[in-house]
Amino acid sequence: MIREQSARAIRLSSLPMVCVAAVVARQSAWADAAQGSPSIFAPASTPASSILGLSLFVLSITGGIFFTVGGLLAWAIIRYRARRDDDGSEPAQIYGSTQVELAWTVIPILIVVVLFLTTARIIFAIQDAPKPPAALDVTVVGHQFWWEFRYPKLGIVTANELHVPVSSTNDPKPTYLHLLSSDVDHSFWVPQLAGKTDLIPNHPNDTWIDPLHTGVYLGQCAQFCGVEHAKMLLRVYVDTPEQFAAWVNKQKQPGVQDASVAAGRHVFETQACTNCHRITGTAATGTFGPDLTHLASRATIASGAALNTPENLRSWINAPDHFKPGALMPAMQLNDEQVDQLVAYLTTLH
Amino acid sequence: MADQTLPMSGSLDVTPRERSRAVLLEWLHGWVVTVDHKRLGILYVVYSIFFLLVAGAEALAIRIQLAWPNQHFLSPQVYNRMFTMHGTTMVFLVGMPILFGFANYLVPLMIGARDMAFPRLNAFSFWLTAFGGLLLYYSFVGGFGLYGMGSAPDVGWWAYAPLTAKAFSPGHATDYWALALIVSGFGTLGTAINVIATTLSMRCRGMSLLRMPLFVWLMLVVSALTLVTITPLTAAQIMLVIDRYLGGHFFDTQAGGSAVVWMHFFWIFGHPEVYVLVMPAFGIASEVIPVFSRKAIFGYPAMVAASVGIAFVSLGVWAHHMFTVGMTSVGNAFFVLSTMLVGIPTGIKIFNWVATIWGGKIRFATPMLFCIGFLFQFLIAGLTGIMLSVAPWNWQLHNSYFVIAHFHYVLVGAIVFNIFAAIYYWYPKVTGRMLSETLGKWHFWLFLIGFHITFDTMHFVGFLGMPRSIYTFEPDRGWNHLNLIISLGGMIQGIAVLIFAWNLVHSYFRGKVAGNDPWDAWTLEWATPSPPPVYNFAIDPEVHSRRPLWDLKHPEDPDWKYEA
Ligand code: HEC
Ligand code: HEM
Ligand SMILES: [Cu+2]
Ligand SMILES: [Cu+2]
Repeated sequence: MIREQSARAIRLSSLPMVCVAAVVARQSAWADAAQGSPSIFAPASTPASSILGLSLFVLSITGGIFFTVGGLLAWAIIRYRARRDDDGSEPAQIYGSTQVELAWTVIPILIVVVLFLTTARIIFAIQDAPKPPAALDVTVVGHQFWWEFRYPKLGIVTANELHVPVSSTNDPKPTYLHLLSSDVDHSFWVPQLAGKTDLIPNHPNDTWIDPLHTGVYLGQCAQFCGVEHAKMLLRVYVDTPEQFAAWVNKQKQPGVQDASVAAGRHVFETQACTNCHRITGTAATGTFGPDLTHLASRATIASGAALNTPENLRSWINAPDHFKPGALMPAMQLNDEQVDQLVAYLTTLH
Repeated sequence: MADQTLPMSGSLDVTPRERSRAVLLEWLHGWVVTVDHKRLGILYVVYSIFFLLVAGAEALAIRIQLAWPNQHFLSPQVYNRMFTMHGTTMVFLVGMPILFGFANYLVPLMIGARDMAFPRLNAFSFWLTAFGGLLLYYSFVGGFGLYGMGSAPDVGWWAYAPLTAKAFSPGHATDYWALALIVSGFGTLGTAINVIATTLSMRCRGMSLLRMPLFVWLMLVVSALTLVTITPLTAAQIMLVIDRYLGGHFFDTQAGGSAVVWMHFFWIFGHPEVYVLVMPAFGIASEVIPVFSRKAIFGYPAMVAASVGIAFVSLGVWAHHMFTVGMTSVGNAFFVLSTMLVGIPTGIKIFNWVATIWGGKIRFATPMLFCIGFLFQFLIAGLTGIMLSVAPWNWQLHNSYFVIAHFHYVLVGAIVFNIFAAIYYWYPKVTGRMLSETLGKWHFWLFLIGFHITFDTMHFVGFLGMPRSIYTFEPDRGWNHLNLIISLGGMIQGIAVLIFAWNLVHSYFRGKVAGNDPWDAWTLEWATPSPPPVYNFAIDPEVHSRRPLWDLKHPEDPDWKYEA
């Protein structure tokens, strides 16, 4: 799949780069079972593929320079080594040459002009792309050490797993991300969808993606943000239009009220959980931690640090440090019965 | 072997070296109160090599932790301290002091002077730098106050706001970091002023600016650049301390401060800083490569012009570290262009080194081996730099392992390789004994192999989306094998450095006696005895070209006939 995609990206860039393509293909094979690799060589969205096209162009120019200069250097070292039968005399002393200096000043200048113009074109194409009216808006808020996703026009708030609709060339449906931070700097990076953009407090940023294939794309925070920066993982689900509509529909509902787990709900509502978490339709309105209204619809918890299973939920509530030492949720010191009830309740929150 | 009795007037010292009858304390005292540029130079270098070993050990701890996914060798917090201390130490306690140490030792000798312009300032600067280092490491003990619960800073060597604010970094670790850099920064400024004054006013007769060895030229340019760049760093650190203690809001985003302003301050220091580190390495290469190719440096005036050009251009590129921060498209394009322009003078330098080798008779002694490694690695580092300067591609590569690979190619592949070259080259001058060539070759080849295993691989794992500064990684991302390979290479480099350290100690006592001019070289320091006497030259030397010893050795064909 990766090979296929990189091959496509190479067609996109209109340059003959057979040798580079070979490197790329080998590169993808390098990644053990490359399926899961969030490789920049396997783009699935316009910004990522135009970056790949540009980067293959730059790679072929720099590769050319490397082989020319490196080759000359290697040749000089071999050719001009002192021979065993050397007579000990000094070689001819040459102090320089203005013509030669001029030549190797002008050629790099020309290369720089070409590189710069190509680069500038892509900068403007990506950064200043006009936003189509059909675009989906998502506000991303970085927190120490998790992601909050708000869909202002849809009234949805969720965490860590971003859902977006698939886009296509005939029917573009890009997603525009507005990036904020509630504490320190973070960076939004899903290599197959786009380059990274930082989330900086007091400095809102914007970026966009238009994923062309459905599936799950992996990424993670790319700006050191404190002790658990490594476990600030990120998943983007690219859904078919129908899946996406169904997902939106479900997310708009208030938290499930299942009478069989009322005890767990009671524990939740009477513990400090409510200060940090929100479950719509209950007394819990905290915003310091992730919104849990549809917790059970997510595949992972704690920003991808663990799979969303009852056992993991239980150890998370008992000791968040078990998965994420330094995460900003305290160990809640509940007794076993309370935890059992809580976990039973949380698993109903579809 | 070179002629032991070169007739450079006054260069050979005839007074017998005084037998040291001093007891240990007196000897130590002598080193503490010394204002001799050579002793201070040695102090700088020994200090830096010590910290090289410390920061190297930190790097190995990092690599053990990352050898496999989800390891528990280091806790997340300790890991973050390790990479912060590793980076800060390598830049401020290894790179800067060792290069200024070489400058201290060599600049006066190379320009035929008896000492630096301000010997006392020189000693003062060294001790400031040394105390800065101690302050940084004292944070392990005193980071949370003196209650026994020490810790080192864990905010990264770039220390982005607002992570450094009291709210996110309580305790004193960050304060130690800021104060250490302020203190050692002043030391650096003192040395920079000293080098500038020395090169401008202490040159011997006949040594015009355009006859200075390239090493001296580069140290002059570096010192000027240092004056310009350490200043914003120190200013930013003071602002940070004000934020933390006096309720300032420069970088306090929760009170309307700006995180981006810190980035600008840091990188307007940080980018020129990388040139402050690499240009002395250029200087070393420009001394070693000609001597071991047996040819004059090709295009000396172009080399000087390129160095000055790099210094100027490097002041206008800092925001290429900030392409992902959300600058306007025009702003991004500007920094793309300015960064690419640095590639031109850099390219000129590489071409001139190649042309110097061209037509020579290369001797593959250890210093030259390290310089050849440097040439290839710096070529690659420059090219990955160009790749990173392509802003859209940078959006992918920034803060990934590709960036780590790029700057280690420069910092290790170019700078550390040349530092090793310099030590093998000048150790005989400083101690009077040769380093073992056998151990030297082991050191070189192991280090070269380890270097490439580690840092070549890092480029690829960066392509595969692995970010930097993470204490562990997920097993399902295809990064496992590559990380294990990277860690193995790290261990090989560790072994190579131990061989080097052993070589330094062993050769000091057992090494072959060097004589004055073991490499048959051409600059003035080789006209003095090894080690040189306190006063360097009994009578001021006089030079007529860039290679005074060449002129003496080849009176039939002296340089001054040809030099422009
Ligand atoms: C002091 C605030 C705070 C309190 C109190 C708190 N949490 Fe949390 N909780 C957090 C934070 C912050 C996170 C995100 C941690 C991370 O991923 O780094 C979190 C994450 C979670 C998650 C994972 C959510 C996801 O989608 O990843 C669950 C489940 C959870 N908390 C349940 C609870 C329960 C149950 C309680 C009460 C017993 C509770 N929390 C109390 C702050 C809190
Ligand atoms: C042709 C010359 C060079 C170019 C074009 C270049 C370009 C770049 C660019 C664009 C970055 C930013 C990458 C990022 O973080 O996104 C970078 C990072 C870096 N470069 Fe270079 N570079 C060059 C030479 C050097 C030299 C000579 C050094 C060191 C002596 C160096 C050291 C570094 C360091 C330390 C970083 C990373 C800083 C950090 O994030 O911690 N580079 N370089
Ligand atoms: Cu982060
Ligand atoms: Cu830079």
